[in-house]
Amino acid sequence: MDVILLQLLNGLDKGGAYALIALGLTLIFGTLGVVNFAHGALFMLGAFCAVTFNKFLSLEKVVLDPTKTTAWGTPMEVRTPYVEAYLGDFGAWVLNYSVPMSILLAIPVMLIIGFAMERGLIKHFYNRPHADQILVTFGLAIVLQEIIKSIYGANPIPQLAPSAVSGAADVGAFLGFDPGVIVYPFWRMVYLGFAGLVIAAVFAFLQFTTFGMVVRAGMADRETVGLLGINIERRFTIVFAIAAVVAGVAGVMYTPILPPDYHIGMDFLVLSFVVVVVGGMGSLPGAVAAGFLLGILQSFASMNEVKAILPGIDQIIIYLVAVVILLVRPRGLLGRKGVMES
Amino acid sequence: MTLIRKPLSRRSILRAGAAGGVALATPTIFTSSAWSAGYLNEPTGSTVTLGFNVPQSGPYADEGADELRAYQLAVEHINGEGDGGMLNTFTSKALKGNGVLGKKVEFVTGDTQTKSDAARASAKRMIEKDGAIMITGGSSSGVAIAVQSLCQEAGVIFMAGLTHSNDTTGKDRRANGFRHFFNTEMTGAALAPVLKNAMGEGRKVYHLTADYTWGWSQEGSIQKYTEPFGWDTVAAVRTPVGAGDFSQYLTPVLNSGADVLVLNHYGKDMVNSLTQAVQFGLRDKQVNGKQFEIVVPLFSRLMAQGAGDAIKGIFGSTAWNWSLTDEGSQAFVKSFGQKYGFPPSQAAHTCYCQTLLYADAAERAGTFMPSALGAALEDFEFDGLGNGPTLYRAGDHQCFKDVLVVKGKENPSSQFDLLEVVEVTPRAQVEYPADMLGGELGAYNNGV
Repeated sequence: MDVILLQLLNGLDKGGAYALIALGLTLIFGTLGVVNFAHGALFMLGAFCAVTFNKFLSLEKVVLDPTKTTAWGTPMEVRTPYVEAYLGDFGAWVLNYSVPMSILLAIPVMLIIGFAMERGLIKHFYNRPHADQILVTFGLAIVLQEIIKSIYGANPIPQLAPSAVSGAADVGAFLGFDPGVIVYPFWRMVYLGFAGLVIAAVFAFLQFTTFGMVVRAGMADRETVGLLGINIERRFTIVFAIAAVVAGVAGVMYTPILPPDYHIGMDFLVLSFVVVVVGGMGSLPGAVAAGFLLGILQSFASMNEVKAILPGIDQIIIYLVAVVILLVRPRGLLGRKGVMES
Repeated sequence: MTLIRKPLSRRSILRAGAAGGVALATPTIFTSSAWSAGYLNEPTGSTVTLGFNVPQSGPYADEGADELRAYQLAVEHINGEGDGGMLNTFTSKALKGNGVLGKKVEFVTGDTQTKSDAARASAKRMIEKDGAIMITGGSSSGVAIAVQSLCQEAGVIFMAGLTHSNDTTGKDRRANGFRHFFNTEMTGAALAPVLKNAMGEGRKVYHLTADYTWGWSQEGSIQKYTEPFGWDTVAAVRTPVGAGDFSQYLTPVLNSGADVLVLNHYGKDMVNSLTQAVQFGLRDKQVNGKQFEIVVPLFSRLMAQGAGDAIKGIFGSTAWNWSLTDEGSQAFVKSFGQKYGFPPSQAAHTCYCQTLLYADAAERAGTFMPSALGAALEDFEFDGLGNGPTLYRAGDHQCFKDVLVVKGKENPSSQFDLLEVVEVTPRAQVEYPADMLGGELGAYNNGV
């Protein structure tokens, strides 16, 4: 029972990350009809907003200590972060919370990147075949990756969760199990909660605001909305920027789980596309449901007991589900009728 | 009577000319020195070209960049530039700082991308188009084995860089290939006694293993050397290379009954799996009445930087560390640090040494011909390149030298001071018979 609960928790946590990325991806496809292979790169850029913010806060005052020398004979450097030198304990506190605080940087940065990407590149490909869109966005993703690599190098850069939530929580004791049976990292639970919050915010925005209503109308019938005198393109640009922000903040909060490097977006991209396909292209609830479903399935498939019966199943389960869905229900779990079925 | 019985014709003159040519050439064709003069990419001018095949992109790009720095430094020192580095401490004094065999050393570079096919393509390009007489580089055993095999087919020497799988000089060994770096067998032999002292006997072990040649090799070696003192394997789970999130592989560890987790991962995989294992509270657990422990058999300083605080107190092995105090290591750290502003990695060290060893062997053999140069490396005993007295064994072309057992430092004094040397395991303790790992060297290929 404890093993099953642990894998369920793990699956939900994984599913949260998949759902967040797939949500933005399907939002772009549903509104603009664009297959955005650069979406993983947006996740990566968000992660590097956290890295940049941390590097900025960690800028150090370097003083050479002539009394000590390095192994190669130069004077030893004594380094103190400016933020700690000038702000004392408050500075140390800010540094400790640099990951959640970098969301404040990531939101405007990702909005600007989203606008620039859509206006500068994506809009020229609205009426081009999907193959063209895939090629150009994939190319863009590689360019962005290489830029990040040239600035930050290829090695992963560890980011620490705030010390208050850096350890593991005894979830089992809370649920009435023996102590120490079900322990789970605090930060992963924070991430799960954060994913739920962002998903709820996006749905509320689309459901309960006039802007959201127009966007939903545009997704259903773009032409009619245009005939009503509404500039739907402008709104879709904003939707693209929102999707970029969702991917970006997902990346920011993921950095303590996985030390980010320039390739982190690509690792998620393929999985996210499978999530979107399984959920139904353009279906927001579908992306979320499929994200959690595949996360949980992947987690259970990795159990040693399952792998003893079906060796290697953990590595193919997601793709296996995608194949079955495409064969049995090509429009996906919650996809609109007609999409991918023609 | 005439000396010429038949009238001269154009045909008879041509025939006589051809026969005369063959007769004149015969003494040189059938002498051994004439045969030995021919080998692939034999340098004819005043320079000789070496091919440095390292990952310049992909997940090991930072390690590749450090290797390239070391190669450039080695070339400078061989050509008599800079402070000479380890040439001053190397026991062989064949190199005089004027290139190799009077020829200035030049180099070309290739990008392996840490992919076997890309690595083979770049090595092929350097051999065929740039005339590289030797290929060197690494960072992945899969890549090293693929390039070693290509060099054997082409007929040039391959001086392996960072490659740790037994197979490189085991079942996939080749006559034209030489490895200075240590292997998983030596890691097991060096690490196991230290683990026994630090963690005790009778442990339950869970292995998470990268699913390729190096991972399998590492898992097997740790099992082989820890089982004799009662470390039983609870489970050995293979993980895909580049898995990223290892949480689904770590959660089964929690209640498996294991009290030791061995992470047979390298590079980015090791950084991720170790960071996440610590996040899952594994190091704070008590299992079977014992403190839960994590072991990372192969460490590198660059990886330690990526793992941050998670590395503290974790045991592993490494080929070389910049904190070593022997004369050779200090000379290398000084040259490298002064040129680049930070200390070299173990990958940089092995690449630097391999370049010097190749150049030295060519100088002693008096030729770059693979068979003669390889013979000069075989059973070559030397010192002064770090790790104490070293042997390049003839039987498998594997170097034998001291191995370092290290631990993540609790209180680092600088951003580079991450590993603490716990024990220098003497060479005698990590030696094994040349035929133990299987494989056949075969014959040298000179490429003609």
